[in-house]
Amino acid sequence: MDKVMNLFLCGVGGQGILLASEVISSACIHSGFDVKQSEVHGMAQRGGSVISHIRFGEKVYSPLIEPGDADLVVSFELLEALRYLPYMNSNTRVIVNTQKILPAPVATGMDTYPADVLDQLKQRKLSVFPIDAFDIARSIGETRAVNMVLVGALSVFLPIQENIFMQVIEKRIPEKIRKVNIDAFLKGKETVRGMRTDS
Amino acid sequence: MKNKKNIGDKVLFSGNEALAQGAFEAGVRVASGYPGTPSTEILENLSTYEGIYTEWAPNEKVALEVALGASFAGARALATMKHVGLNVAADPLFTAAYTGVKGGLVIVTADDPEMHSSQNEQDNRNYAYAAKVPMLEPSDATEAKEFLKIAYRISEEFDTPVLLRTTTRVAHVKGIVTIGETESSKATLGIEKMPEKFVMLPAHARKRRGELEKRMGRLREFAETFPENRIAWADKTRGFITSGVSYLYVKEAFPEASVLKLGMAYPFPDRLIRDFAAQVQELIIVEELDPFIENHVKALGISCKGKELIPASGELNSHILRKSITGESVRELFAPVPIPMRPPNLCAGCPHRGIFHAISKLKVFVAGDIGCYTLAALKPLSSMDSCVCMGASIGTAFGMEKALGKESLGKIVAVIGDSTFMHSGITGLIDVVYNRGFSTVIILDNRTTGMTGHQPNPSTGVTLGGDLSGGIDIEALCRAIGVKHVTTVNPHDHEEAGKILKQEIERPEPSVIITKAPCALLPEMKKRKDKNIHRVIEANCTGCRSCLRIGCPAIEWVPLTPEEAKQSGYKETQKGHSYINAVMCDGCGQCAPLCKFKAIVAADQDNGNKNG
Repeated sequence: MDKVMNLFLCGVGGQGILLASEVISSACIHSGFDVKQSEVHGMAQRGGSVISHIRFGEKVYSPLIEPGDADLVVSFELLEALRYLPYMNSNTRVIVNTQKILPAPVATGMDTYPADVLDQLKQRKLSVFPIDAFDIARSIGETRAVNMVLVGALSVFLPIQENIFMQVIEKRIPEKIRKVNIDAFLKGKETVRGMRTDS
Repeated sequence: MKNKKNIGDKVLFSGNEALAQGAFEAGVRVASGYPGTPSTEILENLSTYEGIYTEWAPNEKVALEVALGASFAGARALATMKHVGLNVAADPLFTAAYTGVKGGLVIVTADDPEMHSSQNEQDNRNYAYAAKVPMLEPSDATEAKEFLKIAYRISEEFDTPVLLRTTTRVAHVKGIVTIGETESSKATLGIEKMPEKFVMLPAHARKRRGELEKRMGRLREFAETFPENRIAWADKTRGFITSGVSYLYVKEAFPEASVLKLGMAYPFPDRLIRDFAAQVQELIIVEELDPFIENHVKALGISCKGKELIPASGELNSHILRKSITGESVRELFAPVPIPMRPPNLCAGCPHRGIFHAISKLKVFVAGDIGCYTLAALKPLSSMDSCVCMGASIGTAFGMEKALGKESLGKIVAVIGDSTFMHSGITGLIDVVYNRGFSTVIILDNRTTGMTGHQPNPSTGVTLGGDLSGGIDIEALCRAIGVKHVTTVNPHDHEEAGKILKQEIERPEPSVIITKAPCALLPEMKKRKDKNIHRVIEANCTGCRSCLRIGCPAIEWVPLTPEEAKQSGYKETQKGHSYINAVMCDGCGQCAPLCKFKAIVAADQDNGNKNG
C-alpha cells in the first residue's frame, strides 16, 4: 500500500467513537503501518457531534484528512453522515449506522430530522452500507457494543487481518465484556460483507 | 505501576500521553497543573506512574510556584496548563526566568488554535519572547516525548525554565511512540541557600538580569547547531520555514520542497535561517496564529511571505496550506447540506439545569464563568450574559454593581463552579466583602471539575492520586472571609432554589448561594440504582412545551398532524406532545413541577393514564 488510507469516523458524544478509533489505530500499528489518529475533546463530550480522523500507511505526516479525501467514512449515527459530506468524494465508501439520536433542536421541536438521509447519500453516487448497529448490539445483549459492530463492519475494507483485531480487542477490552464485543465485531463484519458487491 | 512498559515497546500515544511518558523517562519528581483542554491528560496519565508526585493545584500560578519550589530543591519538575492558564501563571514565570533553576523545570503550555474548547486562541510563543525563556515545539507525539527530555537537559545546562508548547493537534493526536531509557537530573536533591539566585529583591534581580541576557546569548548560539532545528534540502525553488504541527502540513502539501524545521521556537538560529533563505528562490513561513517566525525573519532583513498568504487565525491543515499558496483547491467538494445543528448540552440529570431555569425567570444579568455551566448561555436556557475567564464572574458582577450603584440591586447575579471558585473566584468574593458590595454569588457545587472530565479540586475531598484529603468546606470558607448570608440549596428542587434566589438577590449585602448536588456523570451517580425515571402521561399533555424550556436531552417533542392528533384522542389543534426517553432519563425529577397539567410523573408513582 503506497497511498495513505484515510478513515473518517463521526457520531455523537458517548457512542464510543474514541475507543473504536483506538482499536482501529492499534490494529494498524500491529499490521506494521505508520498511523496518526486525531480527535477533539472538550465541548463534544456533552452530546455534541464528534469526529475522529485515522490515517495509516507507510509514512503519515498530517494528522488531518483533507476535505474530499476520505476513503472510508463510518457514521455512528444516521444524520451525522450528511454533516460531513464535504470530506467525501464519489469513491468514498460510507458505512452508516441507521440509529437516530435526536439533536437538541429536533428534540425540542425547533427543527426536523431529515427523512431521506440514505437517499441523499446515494444521490451523490456514494457506496453506502447502511447497518442497524444498535439493533445488532441489542440482539447480542449489549447495546453499548454499537461501536464494535461498526469496527467489524469497517474491517471488511481494511488491509488488516481479523486475528489482529482479535488480539487488540483481547488486550484493550476488559474480560467481563470481551465476548460481547468480539461477537459484535464479527456480527458487524458479517453484515457488511453480505452487502459488498465490488470485490 | 499501571503504565509498565518495556524499553523499545512501540505504543500508540496521544501527545499528552507521550509527554507523561517523557516526564517519567526524564526523571521528573514533582508535577503540578490545573486541568484545561487540551492539556489535562498529561497529569492524569503521569499520576499513574510510580515515584512521581503529581497534583492538581487550585490554579496555574500555584502549579508553577510548586514546580519552581521543587526545582529549587534540586528535583526535575513539571507544570502543565492550557494556553490561557499561562496568563494566570505569567507572574511567577517572568521571575523564574531570573532565578533560573536547580533541578530542570519545564512548563507545558497547550495552545488551542481554532478554539475547540477555549475562550480565545492566543499564541503562547509570544510568552517565550516576553519572558525571555527558551521554547521547544514538537510536531507530533513521537517528538513530544523526546522534546520534553531535551527540554530538561536544556533547562539544567542553561539554568533556565523551559517552555514546551503543544497545540490541540499535537496534544490530542495519537501516533507511534517508542518507550525509551530513563535518565535523571545531575542536580543534587537538598536544601541549598542561594539568596542571590533565589531572592529577587532589586539588588539581586539586577544582577540576575545581566545573567539572563548572557544566557539568551548562549541559547541563541546553541540554537544554531541544535539538531532539532534542521534543514531537509530538496527542490530549492520553494523553501519553507515552519515549526510544530505546521511542519506536518507542509510535508503533506509540498513533499518536494526544502524545509527548515524549527524544533526550538525561541530563540532563533539566525545564521541557519540566513543560510536557508539564501539558497531558496521563494521563502514562505508557515505557522499557526501569529507571524512569530515571520516577524523575526523580516527583522533580519530577509524577504519572505507569510501571513499575506496563510490565515492568521484558526487551525491550519494541508488543504488550507495548498490553497493559500498555489490557489488550487484539490477537487470539487460535495456542498454541505442544511441539517439540524447538534450543539453540546447540559447532560440529563445535570444539577445546573434547574438553577439556570430558576435564574432565567428572574430576568437578571448573569455574569458567568468557565465550566460546563457556560452551556447555559445556549438555547433554550439562554441564561448567561457574560463569560470572560476562569474566576471572572464575581469581579464582573461586582464591577457592574459599582458602576450602576443601588439601582442594580436585584438585577445582577454571578455564577461560578466549585472548581472555578477555588481557582480564582475566592479573591473576587473577598473584594465584594471588603469593598462593601451587595453582589449575589451562586456557587454551582457539583463536587468535581465537570467540563474537563471529573478532576478533583480542593473542595472535592480527594487528591489526584486518590487519597482522601478532607476537602475545603465552601460554606465555611465564605463565612470566614466575611459573607454573612450563605445558604446551601438543592438545585434539583426548583421551587425552593427559586425562592432563596429571589430573597438573596434583593438583599443589600453580599450573599452566597451554594447549589450542591453531584454531577450526573460521576461514576457513583451513573451507577446508582434508585433512579426514579420519569414519564409523560400522554393523555394529560396539552402540548404547551413548558417542559421543553429546560432543554433536558431526555425530553423529546413528538409532532402530530391533525389526523394523528385526533386518532390519539387530542384536539385537532394540538401540534404534538412531549415524551421522555427512558434510556436517557436520569430521574432527577426537575421536569415534573414544570408541568401545570401534571402530565409528568415518576414512573413508580403512576402506572396508568389517571389524572393527578
